[in-house]
Amino acid sequence: MTDSTSNDMTATPRMPGGPLPRFDTPLVPRNSISGRALIAVVAIMTFLASLTTGAVILVASAASEWQSDVAREVTIQIIPAPGRDLDAAAAKAAAAARAFPGIADVRVYSKEESAKLLEPWLGNGLKLDELPVPRLIVVKIASGAAPDIPQLRRMLAEQVPGATLDDHRGWIDRMRAMAGTAVAAGVAILLLVIAATMLSVTFATRGAMATNKPVIEVLHFVGAKNGFIAGRFQRHFLRLGLQGGAIGGGSAIVLFALAGAISGWFAGSAGAEQTAALFGSFSIGIAGYIAVLGQVLLIALVTAVTSRHTVNRTLDTID
Amino acid sequence: MVRFENVGLRYGLGPEVLRDLTFRIEPHSFQFLTGPSGAGKTSLLRLLFLSLKPTRGLITQFSHDVATLSKDAVATLRRRIGIVFQDFRLLDHMSTYENVALPLRVMGRREDTYRDEVIELLNWVGLGERMWALPPVLSGGEKQRAAIARAVIARPQLLLADEPTGNVDPSLAQRLLRLFIELNKSGTSVVIATHDIALMDQYDARRLVLHEGRLHIYD
Repeated sequence: MTDSTSNDMTATPRMPGGPLPRFDTPLVPRNSISGRALIAVVAIMTFLASLTTGAVILVASAASEWQSDVAREVTIQIIPAPGRDLDAAAAKAAAAARAFPGIADVRVYSKEESAKLLEPWLGNGLKLDELPVPRLIVVKIASGAAPDIPQLRRMLAEQVPGATLDDHRGWIDRMRAMAGTAVAAGVAILLLVIAATMLSVTFATRGAMATNKPVIEVLHFVGAKNGFIAGRFQRHFLRLGLQGGAIGGGSAIVLFALAGAISGWFAGSAGAEQTAALFGSFSIGIAGYIAVLGQVLLIALVTAVTSRHTVNRTLDTID
Repeated sequence: MVRFENVGLRYGLGPEVLRDLTFRIEPHSFQFLTGPSGAGKTSLLRLLFLSLKPTRGLITQFSHDVATLSKDAVATLRRRIGIVFQDFRLLDHMSTYENVALPLRVMGRREDTYRDEVIELLNWVGLGERMWALPPVLSGGEKQRAAIARAVIARPQLLLADEPTGNVDPSLAQRLLRLFIELNKSGTSVVIATHDIALMDQYDARRLVLHEGRLHIYD
């Protein structure tokens, strides 16, 4: 026992040397093991949720790009028939299409170009004159325009015998269904990941709070009001949640930025073109980054609200 | 200051642990609360400290009926009561100085307004040299004195102590008793829960004796 004599009880006030005085240690202990574990859980779950969000955004934007690319083009076919001058019919159909409102560009595929299209299936050295191959005219729709395609179809049928118009409706419908399914599945997975994140963050926060029960009790017994105690814990856990969220969300943002940069560096190569065709620019865009930041804030709020709820429940059990 | 009228207490559906308690604690009074283990001393202290509500009867503290108080009002009232727990309940992550200053801090006072007060009290209880030490490195007696200093720093009108000499040697017990007597002389009403008869024999004070849930008063 290091108790001093009774004279110490009347000793004059003095500041001893030794360790630096601490006047303002936070009421809620920082840097505890449970606090660090909570930061790790929040960081990992935020990272996973951010990756899922990014993946869903990539799939959704790629699907929308596929659809719009296909929908911006229609094809006119001139079917060969005995006595039909395909070149004249193609030129007439092209002229009619060019004059139609909302059309940006019309390009008639020459015989050689048509042969090139068929090369993968029929081999080279193909003589198109010997085959009844239809002539193709690719019509590009002006951006932002919505031309009356049924009217164009009717007009072509009237003016150019053997001309048919394909607006790729069947492809677009199938693509829309496929993209819709992919996006819906992605959103479902995202919701599950967010729910798992909320639950794990809630339980990790409760676990971290359990070690702080003595602090809550002491503050309560020395006359702290419930709002004061809950406020201190909420602020502390909001900070922990933001730290974990910043680590997890920040890592995800860095990863997306790197993926975008890498896909930019390899642009032009065959592999990169395939990837770009599938996933677009590989960038989640400003909206994606905002969504990740939103998740970080949401998860930090969940930790703060859970801590407040746990403090209030603990206070209820004390009294 | 404190008035109990026909107060009874039971936990859940169990038997009454305290029965028909009727007594007063007057300002500037000093009393020992004693009785065998399990007689209900800690329960009575908790009633006095407003951390339990009676299952029947009336408790009035500082002219307030405790049954009608809101949680915030209880917290405000509790600032007029100091309590020394048997297990000290010091916060291990804070220095002795900060533990003692805690009641003033939660009242919202700025640190520079109470620093001298806290240092003076720490010197008075003999912890002047240990004020920057963390509780885990304090001896049992030092912890006990830190807990007492924390209980009295806000100059409470009522001081409750639960077995304050239970963990210390007889000479320190005697010194702690002198400390309580000094506090009482400075105007604080003191209730010391103890079953240390030797301690009670050292000071002629009112005795509240709990036996089988009933209170017997020896003035």
